[in-house]
Amino acid sequence: MGEYSIKDKVAVCGLGETKYYKRGQAPVSEFQLACEAILKAVEDAGIKVTDLDGFASYSNDRNDAARLATALGLPHYAWASMVWGGGGGGGSGAVAQAAAAVAAGYAKYVVVFRALAQGQFGRFGQAAPVDTVSGPAAYAWPYGLFVPAQWVALRVRRFMHEHRVTQDALAAVVLADYHHAQLNPRAVMYGRPLTREQYDRSRWIVEPFHLYDCCMENDGAAALILTSSERARDLKQKPVYVMAAAQGAPHRAAAAAENSPDYASSHFRTLAPRLYQMAEIGPKDVDVVQIYEHFSGAVPISLVEHGFCEPDGVMELCRLENFIAPNGKLPLNTSGGNIAECYMHGLELVNEAVRQCRGTSTAQVPDAKIALVASGPMVSPVSDLIVRG
Amino acid sequence: MAEKSLYYLPEGLPAPKAQRDGMDAGFWEALRRHELVVQRCNRCKTFQFGPEWICHKCQGGDLGWHRVSGRGRLYTWVRSWNPVHPALKQAGPFIIAVVELPDADNVRMVGNLLGDPMHDAPFDAEVEAVFEDHPEATLVQWKLV
Repeated sequence: MGEYSIKDKVAVCGLGETKYYKRGQAPVSEFQLACEAILKAVEDAGIKVTDLDGFASYSNDRNDAARLATALGLPHYAWASMVWGGGGGGGSGAVAQAAAAVAAGYAKYVVVFRALAQGQFGRFGQAAPVDTVSGPAAYAWPYGLFVPAQWVALRVRRFMHEHRVTQDALAAVVLADYHHAQLNPRAVMYGRPLTREQYDRSRWIVEPFHLYDCCMENDGAAALILTSSERARDLKQKPVYVMAAAQGAPHRAAAAAENSPDYASSHFRTLAPRLYQMAEIGPKDVDVVQIYEHFSGAVPISLVEHGFCEPDGVMELCRLENFIAPNGKLPLNTSGGNIAECYMHGLELVNEAVRQCRGTSTAQVPDAKIALVASGPMVSPVSDLIVRG
Repeated sequence: MAEKSLYYLPEGLPAPKAQRDGMDAGFWEALRRHELVVQRCNRCKTFQFGPEWICHKCQGGDLGWHRVSGRGRLYTWVRSWNPVHPALKQAGPFIIAVVELPDADNVRMVGNLLGDPMHDAPFDAEVEAVFEDHPEATLVQWKLV
């Protein structure tokens, strides 16, 4: 990496989240949710609102930087970036872009945020009712292939076939998410534990995904503030340093009609090596992982591509006892994840990684130093983040 | 799919249409003639699908359409239950298939697997293209052989 690396130059100094609601139940607008999360992050950091001078988001967030800067009364702003494409796959990428802005000296305090009140605007899991379709979707929609649950399932099924992975590996992810949610009062599924029997009995969405294999749909907002490591050390919270970040996708990942060459992949194969190289660590140095689960089946594949096991080691690694904090071999999604904490497009996973490094998680891994976040998966771009306390 | 129907899926799903810029018109026109074609680079002979303006292998711009036999292999498939489109509200589960075409260097196409949707077809099973004519367009479906 040489001298061109952001490693340890930038730190997370503040976290903020609104209450998480079921879809359509937020009592205020999406824009208000964004402001609220940002204000909470400011308070957590111990800075002034007017210290903020940059915004970074992803997934075509509707809450314009210019409008937020105006509503917050900022003296000016000097950075606004949106990860280009990939939906939730841009969560770590937004942190990467904010970190780049700070490290380059474009801005001092950049807030990464995501606000969602999908009920206001329409759902990801439903097709738009149009009469005709052209372009890449013309090869899919007429056959009833519309939504991520379906094309993620197509890939997961091929992976399961190639590597003899069973439903047990998927169930382990879901049960770990629900286990951690029972410890997290912020989680939408707090107080609603899930048994393997309930999981097995729940209806199919698209095989191999039961209802519980799918992320929730929520209203809410999350935010985190990045600044230089030097400035972070003088602020309220223990700084959590960005060791590395990566974004992108492999060869022809966006080919139409399910033609991406490396198909049964979560698209991290070209990112993970760059990520570890920038951080100057390996998978064995990671204490806790937050892996974006739009659908449970994406997690085993993501773990393989980040070097946590070989494909034929999936069944051995992907067990509930390995995934749960504090003592699991590889604690996973320790606040409940997209499936049981909330679906804030994975930004809640970034915040949880920071909490683990601060020592303030509701399911704290003892002496956790290094946390990895994988955002995506299977979209283009995907993105990755490693932080340390 | 309990009743006998001309179509695998209920009516009301979007019909495919060629792009305005004409790039994929050759594919849809061929389907109308009950021919299955795949884009191929005239320079380096690489197949690609979905079609593009540029050959992904040699970055050349001289691309044409190459007719294939319609034989394929079932690369992956799922049984979809949740009605993701209003037209699917009364439909039962159905199969979405991704089929590899060995005579086009294993490019893949998406379709439905005809027959009983509750049947678990084996991966890599041999399949064959079946043309499904709708008023606005012809789709290519697949059946086990």
